[in-house]
Amino acid sequence: MSSETQKILTTDGIPLEESLKKAEKKNKIKAFLLVCPLLLFLIITYVFPIGDMLYRSVDDRMVTDMLPKTYKAMEQWDGKELPEEEVFEAFYLDYKKLVEEKTFGKLATQLNFEKNGFKSILKKLKRKMKKFEEGNYKEQIMGVHKRWANVEYWRALKRRAPSYTYAKYLKGIDMYENEDGNIVQVPEDRRIHKILWLRTLEVALFVTIFCFLMAYPIAHLLATLPMKYSNLLMICVLLPFWTSLLVRTASWMILLQQQGIVNDFFVWIGLVTDDNRPEMMYNKTGTYVAMTQILLPFMVLPLYSVMKTISPSLMRAGKSLGGTPFVAFWKIYFPLTIPGIGAGCLLVFILAIGYYITPALVGGASGTLISNQIAFHMKSTLDWSFASAMGLMLLTGVLAIYWVYNKLVGVDNIKLG
Amino acid sequence: MALPKYTEAHYRIWHYFYLFICGCVFFFLIAPLFVIFPLSFNAEEFLVFSEGMKRLDPDAFSLRWYHDMIYGTKNPWGLAAKNSFIIALFATLGSVILGTVAALGLSSRHMPYKGIIMAALISPMIVPLIISGVAIFFFMAKVGLAATHTGIILAHIVLGTPFVVITVTATLSGFDHSVTRAAASLGSDPVNTFMKITLPLILPGVISGGLFAFVTSFDEVVVVLFLAGLDNTTIPIQMWTGLREQLSPTILAVATCLIVLSTLILVTAELLRRRSERIRGINR
Repeated sequence: MSSETQKILTTDGIPLEESLKKAEKKNKIKAFLLVCPLLLFLIITYVFPIGDMLYRSVDDRMVTDMLPKTYKAMEQWDGKELPEEEVFEAFYLDYKKLVEEKTFGKLATQLNFEKNGFKSILKKLKRKMKKFEEGNYKEQIMGVHKRWANVEYWRALKRRAPSYTYAKYLKGIDMYENEDGNIVQVPEDRRIHKILWLRTLEVALFVTIFCFLMAYPIAHLLATLPMKYSNLLMICVLLPFWTSLLVRTASWMILLQQQGIVNDFFVWIGLVTDDNRPEMMYNKTGTYVAMTQILLPFMVLPLYSVMKTISPSLMRAGKSLGGTPFVAFWKIYFPLTIPGIGAGCLLVFILAIGYYITPALVGGASGTLISNQIAFHMKSTLDWSFASAMGLMLLTGVLAIYWVYNKLVGVDNIKLG
Repeated sequence: MALPKYTEAHYRIWHYFYLFICGCVFFFLIAPLFVIFPLSFNAEEFLVFSEGMKRLDPDAFSLRWYHDMIYGTKNPWGLAAKNSFIIALFATLGSVILGTVAALGLSSRHMPYKGIIMAALISPMIVPLIISGVAIFFFMAKVGLAATHTGIILAHIVLGTPFVVITVTATLSGFDHSVTRAAASLGSDPVNTFMKITLPLILPGVISGGLFAFVTSFDEVVVVLFLAGLDNTTIPIQMWTGLREQLSPTILAVATCLIVLSTLILVTAELLRRRSERIRGINR
């Protein structure tokens, strides 16, 4: 039996299978071409910039490029004793060039990140350098300030020699590479980032829990009430959802201030005395309250859309079979809502973990999160590579949760109003 | 939700307790918005209800903060509002076009790697804004678009497209593809079919996606904080600055206007959603 006789042919004489495959391929390309413009746009304006951020976070050529001769001379140096004259001479020549080009300020900032106190001795060197005589630069530089004779500073300089570094990532988790090349924790009193990471997780977790506890009953009510009432109540959920984030934060700032309405109420019911009003803003309480209210709609909407599909007859059946309402709820209704709970919790958690505006406005010092630290380094210290490194660490966490979300819920099931 | 007559007492109590809890949560959701309303008409410049306001004394209320918002000296709101509207309008246009076309491709059943591509296109909505802000700032600075309207518009298109993609693919999920095949069999070319058949049917979804994109852009502050120069200030930036420095009642006047605007948008979106469901024959 030959297989050729079994092949069905189209009118053109091409086997049907092949013709179908061709048509299929054509459709595939057509569909892909439609997505292409957006995909390309996002790759250029979004994916590429995030890749650039990754590069920026490990790129350390700035110092290397500024001091080429120094690093060349340093290659021989073992880092135990003070370097030889030739290193000092090379450093003098490099630095002189930077002073002439007026870019020495950048070097001072960069080296000060590596070791505190570098900035001032570089500035002093710049002033004294004009009177330097030729030869014996080691003596002359060391004469400018006693720190120049401290081998620690030269070791710090040498640590910046490689073009790429993971030091910023270590700094993000309060670690650093010490003089002997071991990775160790920074002293206890300077471990600020660990606190921030933990606080961000804690706030995101608690906000998710609060949102869940508050959203579950109202989503249930919205799903079981007759349409005409539930549509009206839905506005209470959707109006905050559509209102500007800043407006909602502003209203919490008014409510929670010391002379604010919430405190007035507490005084009125006698919970606190008038001269002893609690501070509810500019701390973690403010962050919790405001973020819970702002993220609540993101929990209600997925829960509602799942609860809407659960037939009320299931609960009736449970009760008619002898279950008390509580048993019927716990054994029948609740398990059916788990997909909605998963979707809502993951969404709220993802959004909470990267929140910036609300903590910055109502969080004060004890309520700020990792995002605020990133913004601080972008705007104030200008340590952009550190900001990038922290951003990417946060991004990795968020993408991991997003991956789980996509597996469990599927991105095409995100509900918007 | 009336209880049946035979309900036992402790379930009855539990039921009213449940309704009470729900009432509290709804109050928690909506009440903060209504605090801004009366305070924006305050005659004094403190952000608390004055004694006069509590007595409903007409002299305690005034429109001076609205007057200040529009005619105030060195007032930034006019420029900010103009910028906000221009940026949001162009960003919406860009997001709607790119997002709708992509959604058409994504909802085709021939689309390869649908899951991954969809996840990638939605990601700007998920990635924390601060990270998007930093990344886009570096990029715009590199290509020389920092502190320009174009740069901000491009950034807002990135942030707005996920919403359009989500709403339009949702609308297309109930779309009957035989109508486009019918059009094709009658000799219509794909573009004509799209304009005459597909677009009118999915228009509610497209507009509601556009509304989302508009609100996203109009409300966005984190990315703009990095990108904007003095000439590109927007309403959110001005509000942010005001909230950080001194909380003046003028901000509350602006906030009230924004609440009115968002109410209008919400009503439009709701009407569109119902219309869309009616067109697609979904009865709930």
